[in-house]
Amino acid sequence: MKSRHRLKGISLFDVINTFLVVLITFMIAYPLYFCVIASFSDPTQVGAGKTLLWIKDFSLEAYRNIVKESRLWVGYRNTIIYTVLGTLYNLVLTIPLAYVMTKQRMPFHNAISWFFFLTMYVSGGMIPSYLLMKDLKLIDSPLAMIVGAGVNCYNMIVARQYFAASISQDIYEAAYVDGASELKCFTRIALPLAKPIIAVLTLYYGVGHWNSYYNGLLYIYKAKYYPLQLVLRDILISNQTITIDAAGDVESMKQMMANAHAAEGMKYAIIFIASAPLLIIYPFLQKYFEKGVMIGAVKG
Amino acid sequence: MKETSPFQTRKRVFCKRLYRCRMLYLMILPSVAAVFIFHYIPLYGVQIAFKDFRSSLGIWDSPWVGIKHFVNFFNYPYFTKILWNTVRISLVSLSTFPCAVIFALMLNEMKDGKLKKTFQQLTYAPHFVSTVVVCSMTILFLSRDGLINRIIGFLGGEASNLMAKPSAFAPIFAITGLWQGLGWGTIIYLATLSGVSQELIEAARMDGASRMQIIWHVNLPHLKPTIITLFILQMGSMLSVGFEKVLLLQNPLNLEASSIISTYTYEVGIINHQLSYSAAIGLFNNLVNILFIVTANAVCKKLTEVGLW
Repeated sequence: MKSRHRLKGISLFDVINTFLVVLITFMIAYPLYFCVIASFSDPTQVGAGKTLLWIKDFSLEAYRNIVKESRLWVGYRNTIIYTVLGTLYNLVLTIPLAYVMTKQRMPFHNAISWFFFLTMYVSGGMIPSYLLMKDLKLIDSPLAMIVGAGVNCYNMIVARQYFAASISQDIYEAAYVDGASELKCFTRIALPLAKPIIAVLTLYYGVGHWNSYYNGLLYIYKAKYYPLQLVLRDILISNQTITIDAAGDVESMKQMMANAHAAEGMKYAIIFIASAPLLIIYPFLQKYFEKGVMIGAVKG
Repeated sequence: MKETSPFQTRKRVFCKRLYRCRMLYLMILPSVAAVFIFHYIPLYGVQIAFKDFRSSLGIWDSPWVGIKHFVNFFNYPYFTKILWNTVRISLVSLSTFPCAVIFALMLNEMKDGKLKKTFQQLTYAPHFVSTVVVCSMTILFLSRDGLINRIIGFLGGEASNLMAKPSAFAPIFAITGLWQGLGWGTIIYLATLSGVSQELIEAARMDGASRMQIIWHVNLPHLKPTIITLFILQMGSMLSVGFEKVLLLQNPLNLEASSIISTYTYEVGIINHQLSYSAAIGLFNNLVNILFIVTANAVCKKLTEVGLW
C-alpha cells in the first residue's frame, strides 16, 4: 500500500468514503424517520419545528384522530383485498408461463416469446386502454384493480431464468419417459423447487398492487371502491377536510392554529400507517428482492 | 408399403411434437388470453387517433379524419411549452443517473461487509414508499413552515414556498426521484462489481495503483456495459416521465412548468372526454419515445460498441 495516511490499516480514503456513505444514507433515511417521530409528537411541537431529532411531547393524538377517519380504513381494506387477489392472479398467470417458456423445443416457442416481449416496448396507451375497460364494463368495478394483462414481462423473464438455471431439462425427460404428463412435470417437479422465485414474484407484484395509483385514478370513481392510494391522495394532497374534533371555540385564532397543526400531525401518522406494512416487511425479504434484480440482470 | 416423402415425415414429426406439447399450450392459454385482451386489443384501439371516435359507432365505424388531431395538437398554443416541460423534466432527472453508479462504487469500497450491507439496506427503504406518499411528503416538507424551509432558515437562507415556484419543479421532481431510486439502483451495479476479478485488483495494487486509480481503471470499465444498457433504457422513457408523480405535484402555481404531455393527455381524454384527440397525443408521445431509444442506442453503439440490439 502506498497511502501515507495509514493508521492501523485504515487509510484517509476509507475515512472519507465511509463518512460520505454514512452521510448519504442519513439523508435518505432521515425524511422517513422524521415522519415517524413527527407522527408520535405533539402536533404543535411539530409545527414549531421542535421535532428534528427525537419525539417531543409524546402524543398519540394523531393516531386517535385517524382511527375515526373511516375513508382511510375503507381504502386500507380495499387495498388488502386488491393486493391479495391481484397478486394471486398475477402468479397464476406468470408462473406456468415462465415454466413453459423454458421449453425451447416447443413448436412456436419464438413466436410466443415475442408475443410477450413486445408488451415491454409497445402499448396502446391511456385512452385505448380506458375504452377497453369501458367496453368490458370494468369502470368503477373492483375487478379493474385485480385483473389486467397480469403478466409483467420482466418478472416472467426473471422466473424463466430461475426455472432454466435451477432444474435440468434431463429430469423432465426422465419423468416423461416414466409416463408423467407435462402437467405433472410442472406440478410435481418444477413447482416444489420454485419456492424462492414464487417468493420473489409475490413480493414484486404485491408491492406493485399495494402502491398502485394509476389504475385507481383511471378506472375507479366510486369512493367505496377506492384503493388506499386514492384515499391518500384525497387526504394528503388534495387536502380534503379531515375530521378533527373541533371542540370548543373555533373562532379563536389559537384553536384554528391547533386544528391546522393537528391536521398536519395526522398526515404524518397517515404516511406512517400507509407505508409501514412494506417498510416493516422488506428487510426480512431482502435477499429475495436482490435475487430478483440479479437474475433479471443476467438477461437484461 | 407407401413411400413417404421427407416433407410428409417432417410434417408428421412436427405434429407429434405439437401433440406432445398440448399440455404446455393449455398451461399458457390463460396468460396468452389475458395479455391479448388487455395489451393487444388496446393497440387495435390506437386507430381512433386517426378517427373521430363516437361511442355510439364504436371504434371500427367511426369516420376517418386522417391526421386532423395531430395537426390540432401541433397547433395547440402550449404545444412547444408542454413538449419542452416534458423534455426538461426528463433531462434534469437524467442528470442524476451517475449518482447510483458513484454510490455503488463507494459502497463497494467499504471493507466491513456487515456495515456495508446495513447501509445498503437502509437506502432501499424509499423504493417501497408509494408515489402518493412521496409526493405528499414532498409537499409537507416544502411548505412554508416545512422541514426544508426550517433547514434553509437555519442556514441563513430565505424561506419560500418552493412548490409554487415553476423554476423549482424539475429539480424537485429529480431529487425526489433520486431519493427513491438511489439505493435500489445500486443493487445491479454492486452485483456486477462482485464479478471484478480479485487478481486484477491485486495486480494493479502491485503495480502501485492508488485506490482511486483502481476504481477508475478497473471497476468502472467493468461496469460499463451495465451502465450503458441502463442509460439507453432510461432514454427510452424520456417522454413518459412519471405521469403519476407530475400530476400529484402539480398545482395552479407551478402549472407553467409542470404541465407535460402525459398530464395533458389525461386532462383532455379522461377529464374532458375528447378521446380521439387525446389518443393522438398519446400516440405522438409513444412514437417520440421509440425515436429516443433508437437514437440513444445508435449513438451508444457508435461511441462504445455496446447497445441493446
